[in-house]
Amino acid sequence: MEKKWHRRNISELIIKILMAISFAIVICSLGMIVWTVLSKGLPALTLDMITKTPKGGYYLGKEGGILNAILGSLLLASGGTILALLFSLPTALFLETYSKNTIWGSQVRLALDVLWGIPSIVYGAFGFIIMLAIGLRASLLGGILTLALLELPIMTRAMDEVIRQTPRDLTRAALALGVTKAELAFQIIVRQTIPGMVTAVLLAFGRGIGDAASVLFTAGYTDRIPNSLLRPAASLPLAVFFQLSVPFPEVQQRAYASALILTFLVLFISIISRLIVWRMNKFTIK
Amino acid sequence: MQGLFGYWPFILGTFWVTAVGVGLSIPICFFTTVYLTEYARQSIRMAVKPLLDILAAIPSVVYGVWGMIAIVPWVEKSLAPFLSSNFGFLPIFTSSNPTGFSIIAGGIVLAVMITPFIIAVSSEVLSNIPQGLREASLSLGSTRWETIRFVLLPRVIPGLIAAIVLGASRAVGETMAVLMVVGNVPQIPKSIFDAAYPLPALIANNYGEMMSIPMYDAALMGAALILLIIILVFNIMSQLILRRFTNGKATPWKRNGIEETFLN
Amino acid sequence: MEPHIQIKNVNAYYKNTQALKNINIQIPRQQITVIMGPSGCGKTTLLRSLNRFLELDEGTQLQGKILIDNQNIYDRSAEVIDIRKRVGLLAQSPYPLPMSIFENIAYGIKIHNIKDSKKDIEKTVQHYLELAGLWEEVRDRLHTPAGELSVGQQQRLCLARGLAIEPEIILGDEPTSALDPISAQHIEKRLIELKHLYTIVIVTHTLRQAKRLADYVIFMYMGEVVEAGRAEDVFLHPKQERTQAYLDGIF
Repeated sequence: MEKKWHRRNISELIIKILMAISFAIVICSLGMIVWTVLSKGLPALTLDMITKTPKGGYYLGKEGGILNAILGSLLLASGGTILALLFSLPTALFLETYSKNTIWGSQVRLALDVLWGIPSIVYGAFGFIIMLAIGLRASLLGGILTLALLELPIMTRAMDEVIRQTPRDLTRAALALGVTKAELAFQIIVRQTIPGMVTAVLLAFGRGIGDAASVLFTAGYTDRIPNSLLRPAASLPLAVFFQLSVPFPEVQQRAYASALILTFLVLFISIISRLIVWRMNKFTIK
Repeated sequence: MQGLFGYWPFILGTFWVTAVGVGLSIPICFFTTVYLTEYARQSIRMAVKPLLDILAAIPSVVYGVWGMIAIVPWVEKSLAPFLSSNFGFLPIFTSSNPTGFSIIAGGIVLAVMITPFIIAVSSEVLSNIPQGLREASLSLGSTRWETIRFVLLPRVIPGLIAAIVLGASRAVGETMAVLMVVGNVPQIPKSIFDAAYPLPALIANNYGEMMSIPMYDAALMGAALILLIIILVFNIMSQLILRRFTNGKATPWKRNGIEETFLN
Repeated sequence: MEPHIQIKNVNAYYKNTQALKNINIQIPRQQITVIMGPSGCGKTTLLRSLNRFLELDEGTQLQGKILIDNQNIYDRSAEVIDIRKRVGLLAQSPYPLPMSIFENIAYGIKIHNIKDSKKDIEKTVQHYLELAGLWEEVRDRLHTPAGELSVGQQQRLCLARGLAIEPEIILGDEPTSALDPISAQHIEKRLIELKHLYTIVIVTHTLRQAKRLADYVIFMYMGEVVEAGRAEDVFLHPKQERTQAYLDGIF
């Protein structure tokens, strides 16, 4: 008996070591990425970067900043998110109140999950084709439309999941009081699920800011801040990419700073959404 | 660029990078998931969840920057010389590529990118196994690992595979990060240290020429279509499998109507 | 005869509540001991402390000693998998392992290396299926998935499976409450037959079952042992008012 104990405990020990190593690798990669972005980006981060647009010669190492890209990304992502929200909120509510457990409902959910998995480059290509077809050039509007398409499945499915978590007793109590399905949807479910909805929206927004492949074809790039929907818009991810591709070290440094700004924005949104959820959870029923 | 064979180096490029990325991430994800669902305390699980969320939220370009700064030089200076001098007899490790912009660099970056996702899905699958089953095995005096290996895993393997396939489909479609570290040389890869040119990179790099060269746009859109089809197939199949493992409804055995409500 | 299990000064905490208060009792050898009491009184907690299952739930803490054959199972040097081999548990809901009927029983035999050769394992599996009263019903389909059995049969399977690791003590956590009356009766009969070979400790929330099965009774209320003793003594001449109240069905 002694021997087998030994062997069984050794196997368990080996597994524990492997788990520790894997876990360490995962945590360390996060650490490495954050460290790289910070250590390369901080030194090059100046106030100018955030407040000015590229002047002539920016790409040769002279003055300017990436305000064009910062504002461009914010405009693109906000537009896309709002547009997506207009469609995903009703869809999610509809899914939950009218087609909860029907086959149709589960097909739609499957479709949404699959759409979520489609990479942004495909959305970009698809968006580009549509833009060609309607004669739209690479512009803020084009980017917004593509981002909206990209964000739709994410938002809808996330909202749907949130709504599904609504305690059944709540909906039953409401229905027992005689509310119509529409009233149920808009007054009760929405209020209960607001924290989750906010998270869903911010999740999609963060995706919209960070994504490059979808706006590559559709939003174009420019050194200016777009003053109309039909003008091209710069975006932060593309700003990073283009600055990196330039053979001047000063410009590449700025790329790192831009990456830092981008990362910071995305993390900031993530933290804000957690805070909001935490605050608003006071009003929800568990 | 006409005809399907024109796409071949790009399809292979996608295949190699994805294979390396998924291959590297499988053991890491497996052991980390098992740790998180079967061994770790609640406090650790709660601390790790936001970290994984952050890892998942980092934009693709930032991964690309990290890849260029940290991974590519490492491959060039440490990994490639080490592997080709010690294991160079394996064709997969020989290199004629003097830079670090290679499949392995792309694979490493991809592995890190898809890891949080695979862990999240696999954790879902494993958590859906009722606690009573674990206790049944443990009450017989088995160790935790024996329980995982003989009792839990056989039940969820399809779900875990589906999680991996979903991760693979993410890897296939990943554009920016890979493009920045993989070299973008349209050749048929023979070694992980060769550069390659995956499909998304092809589309992204050449969109500018699309309008000026005739038939180019059709060719690129064709590439996009191939990409889409691969991904759709992966996605639909895995989602269908996963539905059986995360709803808690379809268990491999019947229970004659008795519910689990009075456990605990 | 020396008691099989001795519980000394045991206090158990679940997060901030105290689940067991100052438990000092003994469990006699090769008899059926029934732990009874209203819901929430700590009976399951006490039971699960006997095979060190308490530590599976996070935030639990146990102070005191539990001695099995005079060895403290909570001692630092104690080997948990060894303890769980000696103290088997029959749970409330049967959970067959995702294998064939044969493999379910053989699982314990294999991991503890109790038998080596194929023939020996086959004979052992048959022996324990007979002991659990399931052999006749499954002899032709030993290699079909265990999940296809009825719930009553599954519980008997779990009993056979638990016996196959050759424990000294069998714990039962309301082992029949999930079963239909006929299967419940089956299990009860088996347990009565088995007490000649094993020490059995059962938790139940039905007084009737306690009366049917018990040789020795432990009555608990709000985490404390109110009264413990031989079945005839406790049922017919209880010393505590609360015991009498419980027996009368007041709570």
